[in-house]
Amino acid sequence: MKKTVFVGAMAAATTLVAGAASATVLEEVQGRGELHCGVSTGVNGFSAPDSTGEWQGFDVAICRAVAAAVLGDPNKVKFTSTTGQTRFSALASGEIDILTRNTTWTMSRDADLKFSFAGVNYYDGQGFMVNKALGVSSAKELDGATVCIQTGTTTELNLADYFKANNMTYEPVPIETNAEAQQQYLAGACDVYTTDASGLAATRATFADPENHAVLPEIISKEPLGPLVAHGDDQWGDIVRWTMNALVAAEELGITSANIEELSKGTANPEINRILGASDDDLGAMIGLDKEWAKRAISAGGNYGEIFAANIGESTPIGLARGLNALWTQGGLQYSPPFR
Amino acid sequence: MSDKMISFVRTEMLPEQTPPSSQVGAMRWVRENLFSGPVNTLLTLLGIAVLYFLAVHLGPWFKNSIWNADSLAECREILAGQSGACWGVIKDRWHQLIFGFYPAEEYWRPTITFFLMLVAIAPVLFGGLPRKMMWFSAIFPALAFWLLWGGSIWYSVFAMLGFVVAYVAFRALQQVSGVVAVVGAVVAAVIWWLLLAGPLGDLVASVVPVALPYIRSDDFGGFMISIIIGVTGIALSLPIGILLALGRQSDMPLVRWICVGFIEFIRGVPLITLLFTASLLLNYFLPPGTNFDIILRVIIMVTLFAAAYMAEVVRGGFAALPRGQYEAADALGLDYWKAQRLILLPQALKISIPGIVNTFIGLFKDTTLVVFIGILDPIGLSNAIRADSNWNGIIWELYAFIALCFFLFCFGMSRYSQYLEGKLKTDHR
Amino acid sequence: MATSSEIPGASFRLSMLIYDTRYRSITIQIVFLFLFMAGFAWLVDNTLTNLAEKGKDIDFSFLGMRAGYDINQRLVDYTNDSSHLRAWIVGLLNTLVLAFCACVTATVIGVIAGVLRLSKNWIVSKLMTVYVELFRNVPLLLWIIVIFAVLTEVTPAPNAFRGETPSASMLLFDSVAVTNRGTYIPSLLFGRSLGDVNLGLITVSTNYFILLLVLIGSIWGYRKLQSDALKQQEATGIRPTTWWKSLLILTLPLTIALMAMGAHLEYPALKGFNFQGGGYIRNSFIAMWLALTVYTGAFIAENVRSGILAVSRGQSEAAFALGLRPGRTMSLVVLPQALRVIIPPLISQYLNITKNTSLALAVGYMDLRATLGGITLNQTGRELESMLLMMLTYLVISLVISGGMNVYNSAVKLKER
Repeated sequence: MKKTVFVGAMAAATTLVAGAASATVLEEVQGRGELHCGVSTGVNGFSAPDSTGEWQGFDVAICRAVAAAVLGDPNKVKFTSTTGQTRFSALASGEIDILTRNTTWTMSRDADLKFSFAGVNYYDGQGFMVNKALGVSSAKELDGATVCIQTGTTTELNLADYFKANNMTYEPVPIETNAEAQQQYLAGACDVYTTDASGLAATRATFADPENHAVLPEIISKEPLGPLVAHGDDQWGDIVRWTMNALVAAEELGITSANIEELSKGTANPEINRILGASDDDLGAMIGLDKEWAKRAISAGGNYGEIFAANIGESTPIGLARGLNALWTQGGLQYSPPFR
Repeated sequence: MSDKMISFVRTEMLPEQTPPSSQVGAMRWVRENLFSGPVNTLLTLLGIAVLYFLAVHLGPWFKNSIWNADSLAECREILAGQSGACWGVIKDRWHQLIFGFYPAEEYWRPTITFFLMLVAIAPVLFGGLPRKMMWFSAIFPALAFWLLWGGSIWYSVFAMLGFVVAYVAFRALQQVSGVVAVVGAVVAAVIWWLLLAGPLGDLVASVVPVALPYIRSDDFGGFMISIIIGVTGIALSLPIGILLALGRQSDMPLVRWICVGFIEFIRGVPLITLLFTASLLLNYFLPPGTNFDIILRVIIMVTLFAAAYMAEVVRGGFAALPRGQYEAADALGLDYWKAQRLILLPQALKISIPGIVNTFIGLFKDTTLVVFIGILDPIGLSNAIRADSNWNGIIWELYAFIALCFFLFCFGMSRYSQYLEGKLKTDHR
Repeated sequence: MATSSEIPGASFRLSMLIYDTRYRSITIQIVFLFLFMAGFAWLVDNTLTNLAEKGKDIDFSFLGMRAGYDINQRLVDYTNDSSHLRAWIVGLLNTLVLAFCACVTATVIGVIAGVLRLSKNWIVSKLMTVYVELFRNVPLLLWIIVIFAVLTEVTPAPNAFRGETPSASMLLFDSVAVTNRGTYIPSLLFGRSLGDVNLGLITVSTNYFILLLVLIGSIWGYRKLQSDALKQQEATGIRPTTWWKSLLILTLPLTIALMAMGAHLEYPALKGFNFQGGGYIRNSFIAMWLALTVYTGAFIAENVRSGILAVSRGQSEAAFALGLRPGRTMSLVVLPQALRVIIPPLISQYLNITKNTSLALAVGYMDLRATLGGITLNQTGRELESMLLMMLTYLVISLVISGGMNVYNSAVKLKER
């Protein structure tokens, strides 16, 4: 009697079956007019839906920039929330075109899981947060502590290595989501909460009493976080990589969302002209896009510095300093290869 | 015989006395029901202690409820250190808990669909309603699909027409042979769906555009997604479950073994592994380049899961039929499918309805597991709401609201299934 | 169904494969098998193609590699240098322990609640009704999360036990500490250790082994005593007094063995960040255990109730007529008969508990799904292999449980003659 629901499903299936595997990701994205982007299920400042259901955050802004470059509209993005468990399969299966979910660039993820990292949008490292009342000032004093970790990330391996190297013991408390881990930590069910330092700062910012919690000075790992795409389509990888680079280069060259219209009419700096498509060089054609791709990407949310400041910078509740993520000219690591 | 008075016999009636206070009204009830013995007294005191404990600990929390607040901090300010529930979060986010990220101006669509669904299942659940309503039940799935996802109505219409095509083909070929007719009907329907329905839908849509704005299934969430997964899972699993139950009872060993293997496999693994399969592996099993929506993948796996349980429920229904029914069908000279269709299945299904409803309640509750694969069901949304700085740290109010909604829904269904069980019991005595 | 009688002299024609009921079932089976195999081959072919396209293969050698992550609750030796295979076993044992504990307590709670729901006591029966309906009609996952949140928020942190005037104190003469990390209980230590025996997978303390032997011996002695007493009762009609003998047999050898090995209790004490010493039951385990117990207990209560109602009223009336008190009537007359109705649904509840232990990931309990199907899968990227192994493991557990319980079921089944 209800067999007829089957038809609905069949109709859905036929409309949802994607194009043939031979099409490039770019063609596919442009064909469907929408970028599929994998984000986390909710990390304050990096990606979280607001009360209207709009996704907001630092990682989200990268997706919007790519969508603007490829499709001309930063809002033509379908966000798929992924967990630490499901993110890689979602990307490998082609369910999402690009994954921007605080994902650490490691060799095995690159070579063994077959993903290409398109760069680093946030240089991070694993840190520890403790309640100041514990009187701990260094991670070396954490012998015997109970540590809350988010499962499905590199953090649990780093943690095991760190405590082993320092000949200390600990009691791991694996937790599935950030919200859950925070609840455990605040209730005192674990002494320490460990995750990427940016995540710690973001979490700490939401506490009622952030001044009572300290992030310990030790950073026990390198966590270069960046967007990644599946192996096998270098053009698509290039698009994401150079969109990121354009955002960084824009900051370096002083292109902001405020002056971009002005600058795109032509300036004395030939590199600005090349990026914004104001000169005769057609950089966009090299990656299968038009001349103004980078201009659209930068207009979407501003340059790298603007995106940073708007979502996680010091003026936001999360209050992260630029640190390693400052431009190379200001002592940081953010550095874009030349546009030429 | 003199008029001698018997002095020890009373001559007049005494007025009725009121019974002792321990034998009437509330006192008697209390004595008989609460303090009839030492064990009973102890239990009563224990029960009262439990109630008192709950009242003391939860009472103030409910009493100091706050409905008008935009953030947890504001709630705490108003409460000034007292314990109290901050229902402001529900007021602020109830639409997300129910509809997910479905566009607010389209909320009428899922709402109407929900009420239409009640109308559509009513003739199945309550025998007294006119049989004509079944026609609405039959077209409801396509209607619901169109209302929820939007897009052109013609795809749904043409998808439904596939069944008409199948029926026509069946009728045309029935003269040849029963088997040929069934195969022909299936083939005709499949050809219709795969080759003709889509282009025809495009064609008609371009001439007579009747369309609603298209909503992506990623925007679905909250209780809406639980109900969609639960209801479609059960509806689709029913035919599969019936076939599996028939297969399990079959005289043909090969068919039986395969069906038993399938049922036992599905019933032997937790639903969560099947959901992970939907999310991690299903794309590996399908031809390269196929990419299903995650919700569709979940519905596929949930359907398989429910089908195995449904098969057992239906098998129970068959087992409850008296042997004479089978023999009577044979005696009438009906072939296998006619016997099943006309005699056995209707009776077996009728007996199975309480079991089917119970399977549905179980499945509906189990839809909460989709949170583990990143679908924003009510529990997933409660996590997302807690990630927002305004509501960071709120716990009980969200859980209480979600639990209440599930309770109302499931309790209603289970009451219905009990009522039905009672009704069926009298039928068979 | 009814096979037509043999038609003499009819030679075999091809059309008989469809029209002759004798052959038709064979035809159908062969077609069915063919379709099944074709479908299966299609899936396998797709999988291989997809894997090849992504440059992956099917390879189980990751099981031998170093796991690299820590597991907090381990019943066998495990460090982060152990292999993924061992992590799998650790997770499997955690699943089994949780399932076993939950089955036992859920049965107890279920029987109590089911019996009490039929009690004449109005308050108690209504309370039990509320309990059963409340837990049956709200998803288990929600209960797990709520119970875990209650344990986290309501119980004190270890820090609360610190300082001059601690805000929390240990229970039962300072031997048990209930914290929001878990419950610390005293554990048994031996002054004279007899060394450990390494059995490959696990290391067994010889002391415990000896205790076990003594216990088995005592129980055997007790049963012997009882059967001797019964024999004497049957022979003479007088049952000898045995209670002090049984008490002695059950306790004396055990006490002597414990004293000889210098057994003493080690109490948990607050040292550093946590309580040290003694046993430690993590809150993740307690939350799962409690949630599975009360949730499944509600279902079992319903099974028990319907089982009891299925026993005809005449049985309890007869028992009352014999002068049995209500409690004895229940335990001696009604429950044993109700058991036959209760056991089949009970088996499926046990299966449900076992399968529902996989929800442990909501609270971070390191069960089979969290180790093999969680961290291992995620760190190695071998989703196909890990999922396959995990499903097979669950399948085997389920089949063993239902097989075992079916044997028991047929043993207690009413023997009809």
